[in-house]
Order: sequence, then C-alpha cells, then structure tokens
Amino acid sequence: MIERIKCLLLCCAFALTAFGNAAQLGGKQLYQTHCAACHGQTGEGGSGPTLATPRLVRAADEATLIKIIKEGIAGTEMPSSRLDAAQIKLLAEFVQELGKLPPEKPAGNAARGAKLYAGKGGCTMCHAINGEGSSYGPDLSDIGLRRGAKHLLTSLLDPEADVAKSFLQFRPGTAITDNFLQVRLLTRAGKRINGVRVNEDSFTIHVRDASGRVHSFFKSELRELHKDWGKSSMPSYRKALTQSDLDDLVAYLLTLRGDK
Amino acid sequence: MKIYVFPLRLLCVLCASAVKTVLASLIILTTTQPALSQVTYERIRHAEAEPQNWLTYSGNYQGHRYSPLTQTNTTNVAQLKPVWVYQMRDPGKVEATPLVVDGVIYLSEKPHVVTALDGRTGRPLWTYRRTTPSDARGCCGIPNRGLAVLGETLYLTTFDSHVIALDIHTGKLRWDVIAADYKLGYTMTAAPLAIKDKIIVGVGGGEYGIRGFLDAYDAKTGQRLWRFWTVPAPGEAGNETWSGDSWKTGGAPTWVTGSYDPELNLIYWPTGNPAPDWNGDARLGDNLYSDCLLALDADTGKLRWHFQFTPHDVWDWDANQVPVLFDAVVNGKSRKLIAQANRNAFYYLLDRVTGEFLRGAPYIKQTWASGLDAKGRPIKLPNIEPSAEGTLVYPGLGGATNWYSPSYSPQTKLFYVLARENHPQYFFKTDAVYHPGDLFEGGGGRDLPGVEPYGVVKALDALTGKQRWEFRLFSPAMTGLMATAGGLVFGGSSEGYFYALDARTGKVLWKFMAGYQIVNNPISYAIRGKQYVATIAGQGLFVFAR
Repeated sequence: MIERIKCLLLCCAFALTAFGNAAQLGGKQLYQTHCAACHGQTGEGGSGPTLATPRLVRAADEATLIKIIKEGIAGTEMPSSRLDAAQIKLLAEFVQELGKLPPEKPAGNAARGAKLYAGKGGCTMCHAINGEGSSYGPDLSDIGLRRGAKHLLTSLLDPEADVAKSFLQFRPGTAITDNFLQVRLLTRAGKRINGVRVNEDSFTIHVRDASGRVHSFFKSELRELHKDWGKSSMPSYRKALTQSDLDDLVAYLLTLRGDK
Repeated sequence: MKIYVFPLRLLCVLCASAVKTVLASLIILTTTQPALSQVTYERIRHAEAEPQNWLTYSGNYQGHRYSPLTQTNTTNVAQLKPVWVYQMRDPGKVEATPLVVDGVIYLSEKPHVVTALDGRTGRPLWTYRRTTPSDARGCCGIPNRGLAVLGETLYLTTFDSHVIALDIHTGKLRWDVIAADYKLGYTMTAAPLAIKDKIIVGVGGGEYGIRGFLDAYDAKTGQRLWRFWTVPAPGEAGNETWSGDSWKTGGAPTWVTGSYDPELNLIYWPTGNPAPDWNGDARLGDNLYSDCLLALDADTGKLRWHFQFTPHDVWDWDANQVPVLFDAVVNGKSRKLIAQANRNAFYYLLDRVTGEFLRGAPYIKQTWASGLDAKGRPIKLPNIEPSAEGTLVYPGLGGATNWYSPSYSPQTKLFYVLARENHPQYFFKTDAVYHPGDLFEGGGGRDLPGVEPYGVVKALDALTGKQRWEFRLFSPAMTGLMATAGGLVFGGSSEGYFYALDARTGKVLWKFMAGYQIVNNPISYAIRGKQYVATIAGQGLFVFAR
C-alpha cells in the first residue's frame, strides 16, 4: 500500500533506513540508526537536543518519551517513528541510559560568555533571549536544550554549515517560520526588500526585514522573488573571537534552557 | 434518509399553531418515504442523470470525479463563499470522499466514525461510532476514504479489516463481517464499490507482507460471494512470476476504489506494490498481479485481463490510482478506453475490453525507464535498483501521483491529475525478514539535500497524455481534483488552499484559505436547485456556494 506521505516524513535518518529483523536489534543499535544523526552518537546533541541529561525537558518519564518517539513533536524537526512498540521501548530505555552519563562540561566560562554575547559578539542585534533582543534570527532562550556544544561552535565558526539547502526536510510538520530562509524580493511598485521568510504558500509570502517588520504580499504583487537557500546573514566569528572567547560563548549558550 | 422541505403553499393551509411548529423546524426528517431514498444500482449506473447527488466514490462508475452541475462556472466562481463548516470531533487526517443522497451528506470522518449531515446546514443527523483495536496498524496513518451506498444501506470498511453495513436512516449497524486478520497487517481504507447486489472491497498491507485480494459481499447479508487473490497460488496462472514461496507474502494490495463498466460488467481495480517493497531478491520474476490493473467479471470475480505497469517493482510504485473510463476514436476506430496516470510517472491508455496497450508516455520527469515497449512494458534502464548505499531515481517513493483522485472532463476531454515534481530519492535496500504482522519492507527512500519538490496540477490530453497546461503549487499536495461542467477544476493544497482553475487554461479563478491541509477529494452537489462544492481541510468539512 502506501499512500506515503511518508516520503515527506522519512527525510530524517530517524524514520528511515535499516529495518532488518529489527526485533533483534538492541536499543543502542536502534539509536545509532535512527537518532544519532541529530542527537549525537552518545546523546551529546547536535542539530537535535542533548539527550545525555538527567532530565529530558519534554519527557519527564518513560511513557512520555515513548509517546514522543512514536509520534514525534509537532512543529519541530522531530518526526514520528514507524518502529514497533517493542523497538520503541528498547530505544526509550537506551535514551534513558544516556541520561546517566556524566554531563558534558563546557570548556569555557559562561559568565564571560554572557558579556561577549551582549557586547563584542553583537548577538542581540539578531537574536533574542527571553524577549530581549531582535527577532530577526532564531530565538535563543532555550538553545542550550536544543543544541549541543559542538553544533553551537560550528554555527559560530561556519554559520552556513547547517543551514538547510531546501525546505524539504522540514515539511510538513515544522513551522516554516523556523526555517529562516533568506529572501530578496522586488515588488511591482519597485520596492526592494531583503529579509527572512516567515511564511509562504502557493499564493502568498511573508518576509521579516532586519528591523523586525513583517511584510505581507500576494505573489502576484511581486516582480522578483529570490530565495537564497543555504545562506545565512550571520557572520562567522572565526576571526572576530578567540578560541577562548568562543568556548566562553558556547558555555553561556548552553546555560540557556528556557527556564528564565 | 431524505430531508423533506415543506413547500410554502403547504404551509398556508396549516393551522396557526402548526405553522408555528413548522417554522420552528422547517426541515422535517421523514423515514416514511423510503422509495425516495432507495439508491438503486440503476441510479448509481446513471449517476449523471442526478447531478445533485454524489452516489459513489468517484461520482460515477467511470472514475471521472466530474460534476455535471453548471450553476457555478467560470463566469461566477469568484463569488463562491463558505456557507457552513462541520468540525469533526476526532483528531487525525481525513481522506474521505463524502457521499450525498437527496440532501444528506454521509461522511466517514475516521475509520470508526460515520456521520450524516444536513447538506444545507451542516447539522448532524446521526453519528455511528465503533472502536478500532489499538494494535491495528498500517504504513501511513489511519485513513478512511469513504462509503458506498446501495438501497437504504451505507457500507464502510474499517482499519481492522471489517466490512460494515449501516442503516442509512439511523446509522445503526445492520451487519459486520471480518474480511481479514488485521494482526497479519491487513487494513481496509478504501471506499467500497456497490455494484448490482454486491459490495466490492479491497485491502491494504503491502508493507506487511499480506497476500492481497479483492472481495465481493452480498449487500443484504454480508456473505462473501467471491474473492480474487491478487497473488496467485501454486497451480494458478501467474504464480510462476514469484520465486520460491515469496507469493505467500507478496503484497499486491487493493487499497484504492476501482471503476466499473456496466455494459461489459467488468470491474477495473488497481493493485499495489509487491512485498517486500524495496528488496526484490527473494521474489524474482514479474510478481503478478502487483502494480496491475485488473479487469474482473463483476458477477464471478474471474480475471478477464490484466495489465502490469511496473513488473518486479522495487520502488513501491503502487498502481493504486483511480482508473478512468471513456470512449473515443483511436486510429480511426471507436474504442472503449481506460486511462491511468500511474505512480511510476507514465500515463497509460488501454482498450478496456481487451486490456490491449494503446499508448503511454511519462507525464513528469522519470529516470528509470527509456520508454515503454509495444505492449506497454517498461524498458528499464540499468543501475536503477535500490542498493545499500542508495540509488538515485526519479520519481521518489511518493511517486508521480498517488491515491488522491484524478478527474476527467467529458467537456474538455482532458485528464486532470495532481502530480509531484522534482522529488527524486535515493532508494535503499536492506534485508527483509518476514514476521507476521510486522513491517516487511527491505529498504526505503531518502531525500536529497537541496531538492525542493512541489505539487503541480496537470491537464493532460486524455488520448495522448500530452500536457495542455499546468498549475504549480508551492509544495507537494495529496488532494484529488474535480472537474465540473461549469468549466472548472477544483483542487486543494497542503497549506489549506481550496481553489478553482479554468478547466481549459489552468488559470486560477477563485481560492479560499481553509486553514489547514487538504488531503482528500472534492465533490459537488445541489439541494433545491442550489449548487454546493465541498472539501475537507484539517478537521473541517467546508461547503461553498454562491
């Protein structure tokens, strides 16, 4: 059968790939196959949240964890799973074991990192924490929950390393708003606007400019629409900050856990 | 059931108090006129004679999903407005096509919920509920695609593979039979097809190593009258196309409603992928009758002819798309034809009397075949099979199109199909070991970074498959299309747009943002001379009129 909306859901390594006699695979193997690409080989996090933590924010108990693995999390990159109940239980047990690992200790000084964030780093020009800052770039209020240290460092050094080359992997569950696609458009009235795409469909598009203003257009009102897939307006901090600065900044970002 | 609306002149002769009562409730439900709501086989057979109703899944036996209503047309569709919305109570996607009989809409909201609604007001008249076992599972959610109606009975298939008959007046259960063991991975999601005194039903489960079949049940009693196994057993023709014992778990499900030719008394029913999907090593051969169009005698279930679109499929390209019947002159000869826009990216035209292949051509980009031979068999290119590291093929496993209905307009002679463009995938192969009731797939598909697929409504010349126009959508969609005699084609989008296109040009004439994804097929009906158009977006059944 297969009406296969699944072709949209399968984009992540999580939901896809090797189904052997899966019942014989242990939780660790299941994790490596379906979870590690986003959550890291030992749950240290990556593009997905750290799982090597004593308390999973979204899953306080095993039942909730099983539900999340099975159903995914709406509005995020976390897809639903087609593993069977026994496999999901094995996986949940393994993920809970990850939480018993000693937590990742960032090398830097978080207090120094906070000063860099607000000062030399200029991060507030594009990012907000608990309502303070700009909404042009991704909100960082709980970035420490959603991203691991390695991923954060990579983002600071090479901001475009993990920027989506297309929206495909985010469909259909993820809010398009979280995609931060850079767009440039020219209206029929001759006005040029650069910004990030807030939403789009067959007939309309919304773009947020650097001042935070959201512009709404029917596509019929536009003369040109360019989408800069894989691009980010964030500068690389490779030269602007020292390695020590970067470690401090990452240490600070890891403290941001949405618990103001 | 019939909704009876009192004529005004009748009101005049009623006493004052009675008038008060009647005005308080102008719509009177009456069950005393069963003759009015008897949906006979002849009525379904001549569905075009009563365009105010929608009596079978595709609107008619020919699979047209075409409304002969003209009141809403290219000149006035811009005035279309929502007149009511019915919000379904249970969560989950809704792929169902509603039926409309004499003013009442019958909707399988979910596999376990059927509701009758007043077509003018959207107010429910009755609801039938049952329980789906929690361990019933399928590959792709828990959909139900609609009901069949015959006489005064509605027919529903359930996710746990029961066939159920409901009283059309009350929604009460008339009979309930088990068609298959859901614990083996069987599901039932397709709308049944009512033919004469029989109810034809298909099964899903191609990802679970089921052995597919198509069943016919006695509409009155629920007794099974015939079964056609879509994977032949040893000793039966076609079994030689399966190596070893692979036929036992060969799949070939029948999860989309077929079409029917009353004159030839032939059912045309498509079949799905062989199992396991992406690893064909243990099922060498063509794997009949997977990915086929079957022509079966409606009385006996005997196979008259078959046509296989994708022999030895290892990409999961089920042929479960609605086949469309029409007659035309081909090469100077008048012919009874059947067309299908297949998931494998080719459009096919066959003679529906004999199954003879007449023409075929790709309607979206494909990279797996250099073409079709004189008999319509694909000429496969080298290095296209799934592999451990992945093999890039157009189209991906979602296919060129899928279960959602195409539409055919006798007015424009165009075949309208919602296709998915620019969606190649890497096809992977892994080991596949059969365990009853477990997934049995042997691989999968993975997307390419940076590739941006999109949906596109295509109008194809029904005779040649050549494209006349296309309307591009922002993202891939899973919605059916409906052409109308008003010169329109209605369709939906993943973001929730319901729109009307000019059937001759593809130009957008009207659109409405319904708020969430549309994953079903539109219909049209009329009550008291007023045309309505209906679709489902999210949990809402939206009904529009001018």
